[in-house]
Amino acid sequence: MANPPKNKPRKSRYTKERGTPGAFEGETVTRRRFMTGGALAVGGVASAAFGLPALGFALGPLFEKTTPTVWQDVGAEDEFNPSTYVPRVISIVPEIGEPGKTTIYVRKFDPTRDNPRNKDQPYVAISNRCAHLGCPVRYIQASEKFICPCHGGIYNFDGKVAGGPPVRPLDRFYTRVRSGRVEVGGRFSLNSQLERFKPRDPSNHLDGLWKYLYPSRPTT
Amino acid sequence: MKLPAPPLPRFLRPAPPRPGTKPGRDGGPNGEPSKPGVKDQAAEAGIQVVGWLDERSGASPFLRAMLYRKIPRGTNWFYTLGTATLFTFISQAVTGVFLAFYYEPDPSRAYTSASHITNDVFLGELVRGMHKWGATVMIILVFLHMGWNFVSGAYKYPRELTWVIGVVLLVLTLMMGLTGYLLPFDQRSFWATVVAVNLNSSGPVIGPYLADFLRAGAEFGPTTISRFYALHMLAIPGLIAALIGAHLYLVIRLGTSAPPWLKAEKKELLKEEI
Repeated sequence: MANPPKNKPRKSRYTKERGTPGAFEGETVTRRRFMTGGALAVGGVASAAFGLPALGFALGPLFEKTTPTVWQDVGAEDEFNPSTYVPRVISIVPEIGEPGKTTIYVRKFDPTRDNPRNKDQPYVAISNRCAHLGCPVRYIQASEKFICPCHGGIYNFDGKVAGGPPVRPLDRFYTRVRSGRVEVGGRFSLNSQLERFKPRDPSNHLDGLWKYLYPSRPTT
Repeated sequence: MKLPAPPLPRFLRPAPPRPGTKPGRDGGPNGEPSKPGVKDQAAEAGIQVVGWLDERSGASPFLRAMLYRKIPRGTNWFYTLGTATLFTFISQAVTGVFLAFYYEPDPSRAYTSASHITNDVFLGELVRGMHKWGATVMIILVFLHMGWNFVSGAYKYPRELTWVIGVVLLVLTLMMGLTGYLLPFDQRSFWATVVAVNLNSSGPVIGPYLADFLRAGAEFGPTTISRFYALHMLAIPGLIAALIGAHLYLVIRLGTSAPPWLKAEKKELLKEEI
């Protein structure tokens, strides 16, 4: 494209000097242009007045904690041992009944075998939610492995990934003992070194630089 | 654009005057035409109504341009795939509205109401079946339609925008499949949706927030199913209907493309098409 001519006279910013019919002295914006802009602005304000609250309404659940921590009794202390997992059913979303329940696998913490990072937890309560895409895993005692039926994820006895697509170990729940009863609290996630993180969705990596790409959310 | 009047079928054309008759011969004494009787008026009623509507809406030039538009030589059955897809969308909309009469989007009632539709409601099994299998048919037809337009090069100038709108419609149709899959709320649909939501979560940075948006929180909660239901029957179908309107407008405005194996014989033909 050719360059525009350099010495073309610039148009005056005053409408009267530009020869606009009916222009006032010192006027820079015609009334028609002002009214057009005003009508558009009013329309924009009116749209935002219902649009923004409606959008906030739809996105609201992203910013509020929807799953409060409730400590649930899963049995007496002598029901659990360090060498095998005992399945228990707890309710993670009590309002919806059956669909809100989940299976967890509980055993006693083993100081000789377990990572000392988590020695403040008297019990190991492993979530059955596969860290790949959230299918329910099953514990197989014969091989001391957790197996996922959907895409073949396999986890070791301590929940670390042994094979398949999962990106991090199985999530766990906080545990405590109250008057001889084992109680299970909120969920937390772990990376491959069994360091603790706030709960993440399945498929969210927690190792190295990956963890910055999968932030914890206000809901968890 | 002015197009010639459509050719009327033979039985609708007015009969030519018999040889030897003059106009007004069978009318009044001074040669005026006879007044139409009740029978004549009844026969004309349909035309009267259509004429009344047309005079006020001005629809006939538009309809004529749409229904009697020229199509290129070589048009074949593959050109009907778009209409077939449109038909499945209408079928899904109608059966979906009627399923909504009985369906309850609540975690404790969804499965019960869906099996109530199948087992108890009169023709419920048929209507639910039409909606279920119609969904699969629609996806298949969408892909066949897209495949034909791809291999025949119909996406090329000046029809790129039609293609882009079609791609958005494809994504919306797949979103209909995703949101509708949860609604029966049996084991299969629940776990498939768990996996689908977690797939959304695997996207970096915004993925976890997207999953929270779909679930209305960190876990499948009391409002997850109503959220999917509202997206499935209000938000996405509305968008699809609006975009189908734009898609069809472009098809009618630009015309369909000739199959790639045909060469234009004369330039005039091309001009006439546009």
